[in-house]
Amino acid sequence: MSDATATPAELHGHEDHGHEDHEAHYGVPGYDPTASKMGMWLFLFTELLLFGTLFIVFAAYFYKFPTYFMEASSSLNIPVGGFNTVVLLTSSLTMALAIAALQRGNVKLSVKMLNATIGFAVLFCIVKAFEWGGKFEHGIWPGSDHVSAMEFGQQVFYSLYFVMTGFHALHVIIGAGLILWVKKRTLNGTISQERLVLMENIGLYWHLVDLVWIFLFPLYYLIS
Amino acid sequence: MSSDTAMPDLPETNYINAEKGLKSWLTTIDHKRIALMYLIAIGGFFVVAMGLGFMMRLELLNPGEQFLDGAAYNRVLTLHGVIMIFLFIIPSIPAVFGNFCLPIMLGANDVSFPRLNLASWYFYIAGAIVALFSVAAGGVDTGWTFYVPYSANTDANVMLPMFAAFLLGWSSILTGLNFIVTTHRLRAPGMGWRQMPLFVWGIYATSWIAVLATPVIGITLVLVLIERYMGIGIFNATMGGDPILFQHLFWIYSHPAVYVMVLPAMAVVSEIVPVFSQKRIFGYRFIAMSSIAIAAIGSLVWAHHMFTSGMADEGRIIFSFLTFFVSVPSAVKVFNWLATMYKGSIKVDPPMLFAFAFIFLFSIGGFTGLLQGALSVDIHLHDTAFIVAHFHYTMFGGTGVMFFGAMYYWWPKMFGRMYNRTMAYVGFAMFFVGFNTLYFPLFIAGLKGMPRRYADYLPEYHSYHALSTVGSWIMVTGILILFANLIWAIKRGKRAERNPWGGATLEWAVASPPATHQFDGPPEVGEPYDYKIPHLGDDESAGSGADEGKA
Amino acid sequence: MDAAAHDTHDAHDEPHLTPYSVYVGIWLALIALTGVTVLASVVDMKHQAIFVALFVATAKSTLVVLYFMHIAFENRVFWWFLLSAIATFVIFVLLTFADYAYR
Repeated sequence: MSDATATPAELHGHEDHGHEDHEAHYGVPGYDPTASKMGMWLFLFTELLLFGTLFIVFAAYFYKFPTYFMEASSSLNIPVGGFNTVVLLTSSLTMALAIAALQRGNVKLSVKMLNATIGFAVLFCIVKAFEWGGKFEHGIWPGSDHVSAMEFGQQVFYSLYFVMTGFHALHVIIGAGLILWVKKRTLNGTISQERLVLMENIGLYWHLVDLVWIFLFPLYYLIS
Repeated sequence: MSSDTAMPDLPETNYINAEKGLKSWLTTIDHKRIALMYLIAIGGFFVVAMGLGFMMRLELLNPGEQFLDGAAYNRVLTLHGVIMIFLFIIPSIPAVFGNFCLPIMLGANDVSFPRLNLASWYFYIAGAIVALFSVAAGGVDTGWTFYVPYSANTDANVMLPMFAAFLLGWSSILTGLNFIVTTHRLRAPGMGWRQMPLFVWGIYATSWIAVLATPVIGITLVLVLIERYMGIGIFNATMGGDPILFQHLFWIYSHPAVYVMVLPAMAVVSEIVPVFSQKRIFGYRFIAMSSIAIAAIGSLVWAHHMFTSGMADEGRIIFSFLTFFVSVPSAVKVFNWLATMYKGSIKVDPPMLFAFAFIFLFSIGGFTGLLQGALSVDIHLHDTAFIVAHFHYTMFGGTGVMFFGAMYYWWPKMFGRMYNRTMAYVGFAMFFVGFNTLYFPLFIAGLKGMPRRYADYLPEYHSYHALSTVGSWIMVTGILILFANLIWAIKRGKRAERNPWGGATLEWAVASPPATHQFDGPPEVGEPYDYKIPHLGDDESAGSGADEGKA
Repeated sequence: MDAAAHDTHDAHDEPHLTPYSVYVGIWLALIALTGVTVLASVVDMKHQAIFVALFVATAKSTLVVLYFMHIAFENRVFWWFLLSAIATFVIFVLLTFADYAYR
């Protein structure tokens, strides 16, 4: 199975931890899935704090302009947002299943699930695009005259709405790209049952994207 | 690549000459070579920013305009701040000495993600290039804090320095991430958390701050850019935004960032003090834990930079109250260093001098910080030269001094050569005298009402400024001597022993300079501050004999 | 000397195999909770609505973190890591509100 190419030959499967390879090459960082996962989690924390900062901004202004935020929130379409929530949650499921399948050595199912995940990501983006398009049609976009004429609270709400959902959508797109890359590597065997930490890490990233939406959805759509 | 050839004491091939050519450096994933590349870049930027500071002092020599008008002065001031903060102090000790020593101290041959480590360096260089490019694009006059609304409205091109700060932020995040994982995963067999040198503890705590706080400033600067170029009013009061929120987010990162700057410096002191007292460190666990405590409490106090910004009174009282707690773990460290020296056999070698200077200067900086932590006092002191003096005593007298101290401590290890001691003492003396002459008068001028960031002043402040400027001449001369001595040592210095100071941490057990793979097998891990370890004694005598033969 | 120098080495010898059904179950729970939060928003609760929404979102994210992101089966170190990151964020929020709540 270990037809992995670019990695040192003396480093073996995922059950090797650190210093078993002393004899070969002491202390040279090799394939260490725990380390990789640890690094990925630390990276996710930066994403967490990045979105967290946006949530702090949201909270501060929501506290300042509660009624305007609620009014503006009611202009967002709950069924559409809810649909997208289900789409992302399902994509998280398929991502988790892709990893579970590969853990059992089922490459076929794994790739299918990755395809599904990418499909859901694309679906999410399409819905999001229509949603934004609808707002644009009503003259609501960052800095538009219509928005500038609104009350302060509503201006801030829409500014934040576009910034935060925009950042999130950017992460969805990046995530979809990463999953596509993982799929390629799964097909050519670089990611395999023995070496699947890369897929797990990208999965973690994808779940984080889902997590952000889990908070974005109620905060923007459901506070009215 | 690995050198199984040379005896550790006779490193004919070492990490420096293992490969030749510029390309071998720019594509290296060896943590020691990356450390050297950081050293060159960071040292270079320090000299540039020091030159800018020197210019500001010259302008302030006399009242009235000498050679910088107000606008030019603002640009010089911003550039001095941006370079010193983002390109020098924040990366300085972790990027250079963390990279060089942390893996060796853990008994590993590299960090966990060597390629990511190189990528961090490129992030740093990219950020540096963008920052320099902003100078070519006319310079920026916002100060390094980029406060809105000015930064969102000024004609100057703030996008470039902000983007630079963003890139540099990623550099320190990725470096921190790498160090955390390395500390967890690559410790040599037998090295538990309590066998780790305190330097590693300090860098570990620092890395956590870098990972958790830096993203806040990253996204905040992006928000300002969006605000600037897309007409969104997130911090713009004329569109319902709150400029003070920017200050909150800015300091949520930038206050912890001062601990990113000073924790590694304290960590270096914790290495130097026991070695040059030849006495086991006093209160190992307290020092280790105080690093974590400083990292934690340091994240709770950011708004003490904003006491006069228009926060709620209750908020100000809470932050003032919390601020005083930071001094506790810092004091714990100082007491433990002093207790370590007590009854030790103290050798006043150059690195130890820097450690003394740190304790002295940082204590002044710390105590004056407590003054400003008190609300009523801060109202008077805010935005005066007192603040300038305070943070130069902490940042420069703290981190800057220990950056020099670390160079003087580890230079023999990094290059295998010893600098000239006499010149080190001369340079240090000039630096120390000049430093205090430069910054101490600013405390008094500030107390008397001299505002910070001003290009001009009333005649009554003349004597303080003149004295301060003279101090800058002495200090800069001292620094240039210190640097020249080190550079001279690389080529001409005497061959250094493997363990010239008698340290017990693992970096002194490998060759000077180390081989690319410094450890052929798991090293013998002992207590990091036990100076009676037999194997080190043996090695040292063997090593010095061989070294003298070479010298 | 510490017994376990390598805190993260002991566990995870075998990758934890979660049955497919668990994932599907978690997914169903997430969908159900989404329904709950949407329904709750229809009930007029004035200012309490935000707290209900946040509570449900927190419950959902706990499920995602524990099962989809495998924290439940991961070494304890990961648990501590996550805890300190979340604590940091919570502290940032609370202390920001030490100002905003009183303005």
